[in-house]
Amino acid sequence: MPAADATSALKEKFPQVTDRPSADHPAVNIPAADNVAVLRSLRDDFGFDHLADLTAIDWAEGASPRFTVVYHLFSTTNHNYLRVAAHCPSDAEPAVPSIVSLWPGANWHERECYDMFGIKFADHPDLRRILMWDSYPYHPLRKEFPLAGIETPLSDPEISAEIKVNAIAAPMAGGPFVASPGEMNLTDAEPRAKDESWNERRAQPGQDELRQAKE
Amino acid sequence: MATEFSFPDSAAKAAAAKPEFEPEKMSLSMGPSHPSTHGVLRLQMELDGEILTKCDPVIGYLHRGDEKIAENMTYNQFVPYTDRLDYIAPLANNMAYAIAVEKLAKLEVPARCQAIRVLTAEMARISSHLLGLGAFGIDTGAWTVFMYSFEEREKLYKLFEELTGARFTTSYSRIGGLQRDVPEGWTGRVNAFCDQFLPILEETLSLLTRNKIFMDRTVGVGVISKADAIAYGLTGPNLRGSGVGLDLRKDKPYSGYEQYEFDVPVGTKGDSYDRYLVRGEEMRQSVRIIKQVIAKFPGGDWYAKDARRIFAPPKDKILTSMEELIQNFMLVTEGPQMPAGEVYFEAENPKGILGFYVVSKGGGVPWRLKIRAPSFCNLSILPKICVGCLVSDVVAILGSLDFVMGECDR
Repeated sequence: MPAADATSALKEKFPQVTDRPSADHPAVNIPAADNVAVLRSLRDDFGFDHLADLTAIDWAEGASPRFTVVYHLFSTTNHNYLRVAAHCPSDAEPAVPSIVSLWPGANWHERECYDMFGIKFADHPDLRRILMWDSYPYHPLRKEFPLAGIETPLSDPEISAEIKVNAIAAPMAGGPFVASPGEMNLTDAEPRAKDESWNERRAQPGQDELRQAKE
Repeated sequence: MATEFSFPDSAAKAAAAKPEFEPEKMSLSMGPSHPSTHGVLRLQMELDGEILTKCDPVIGYLHRGDEKIAENMTYNQFVPYTDRLDYIAPLANNMAYAIAVEKLAKLEVPARCQAIRVLTAEMARISSHLLGLGAFGIDTGAWTVFMYSFEEREKLYKLFEELTGARFTTSYSRIGGLQRDVPEGWTGRVNAFCDQFLPILEETLSLLTRNKIFMDRTVGVGVISKADAIAYGLTGPNLRGSGVGLDLRKDKPYSGYEQYEFDVPVGTKGDSYDRYLVRGEEMRQSVRIIKQVIAKFPGGDWYAKDARRIFAPPKDKILTSMEELIQNFMLVTEGPQMPAGEVYFEAENPKGILGFYVVSKGGGVPWRLKIRAPSFCNLSILPKICVGCLVSDVVAILGSLDFVMGECDR
């Protein structure tokens, strides 16, 4: 069945499903609490058997709902896509049920989402960080996290015990050279290192404390 | 009085000792710097003797925050970053990213541009599979294959260099077009490459296909069932090796793939050997596609002329005409102005399906850019298929999955 028919049939079956504006593929919004039931129905009854992608969007601090989890489903028989989006009910403590029980391949995607956005996936079998190291304190893809990064001691307990010092990650002098988004005059927006208060010659504020911690 | 000495024999010693011959599991860390992990993958394995009882892949050693960087730069500035995803086939990544953003901008590129993109993507596929084949050969003890495949790959890189100016980091596709048109006589040289490549490919594959050692190492090793392959989100040759004939070039054609005739090879058993066979056949099919593209190579423009707000004007115009100079200046400083909305586009890359999910709030910078990396999904099945294997089988499985950490870690 074409994906457009699938969305109307899905809305009949689950009245809480609503249309989502989309320029390319059919898309629906679903309540986060119902995601397992709706996605199971999509997989078993509508033929969307391939979980193409699972990710999240941060709509920035102050927006509500702040976090949206987005699933892209693909049907290997009908060859069409469906985008399913679920807003996280809580902005401060975002959480949605895990769908690892439906697609084991969602395991790593959800771990990545947790790592990058801090979204908790309830009933996930193994919700650890995946790209950053285990003791990393931030969630880097949140909008308030600066592009140049925040210098963090690599306080892996095992490594610290072995080398007897608090390892510090390599510094990034000023961060990448990029253009600024948003409405502003061209001088402010042009590509440049974002944090110019420190560079190779001038240490970053707070660097001394880190160095002392290292010694 | 004589001193009494006691010399208990080993059997008595063993009887006196506590029974401590409990089976013990050993944990072994393979990588991140290990020749068979093809980059910086680390496998935390638990072994019972030489049999794996648990395998936990540790990734992220090559994490550069590409998605964060993308949110902070204009659409055009991100093109070179796509080279560094699957750095074995940058031309295919460039194309996938460009098409995703073109879908957002509702931009149609002319037929010549599409044909050049298909041509370069198929050349990238051959080059990627050649490397995968050579590395797989080394993993299973067949060194010679590597020598053959790298010689052919070098010829391809010469052609890439002539076309794009770079061997590896090509950054060839632009949003709405290409970096430049193909040079004079270049397609003829690609055709000549294909003609001499086919017999060499047969020779190279014949080193492995009926090779007793290679077959012993790969047949029946790392079997992925059809259901598992879909459930874990596997794509590309790894999915097709398990008998699922999903190929987006056929099933969801983009960039004019529907005009070309080619077959989609699928495996039957889903083991490492099947994945090897699929890659071998895909190279033959890629040559078929390249020959068809060159045979009906369309003329005309190679960039979208109507996309004044998106695509940079030709260099000679920038240097001679005021209006084009201003347009170029605005594109560089503010970025191409995109409508608000979200698109998800997937392309069939050599390693599997590469997807870009672009969320725009308007303006020259994406609000969110998610990269769906095929190697990331393909590796997530390791904990499932490695249990019960020998350590040496893991090396063969890794070689057969043909992943690249640049896109897995992003």
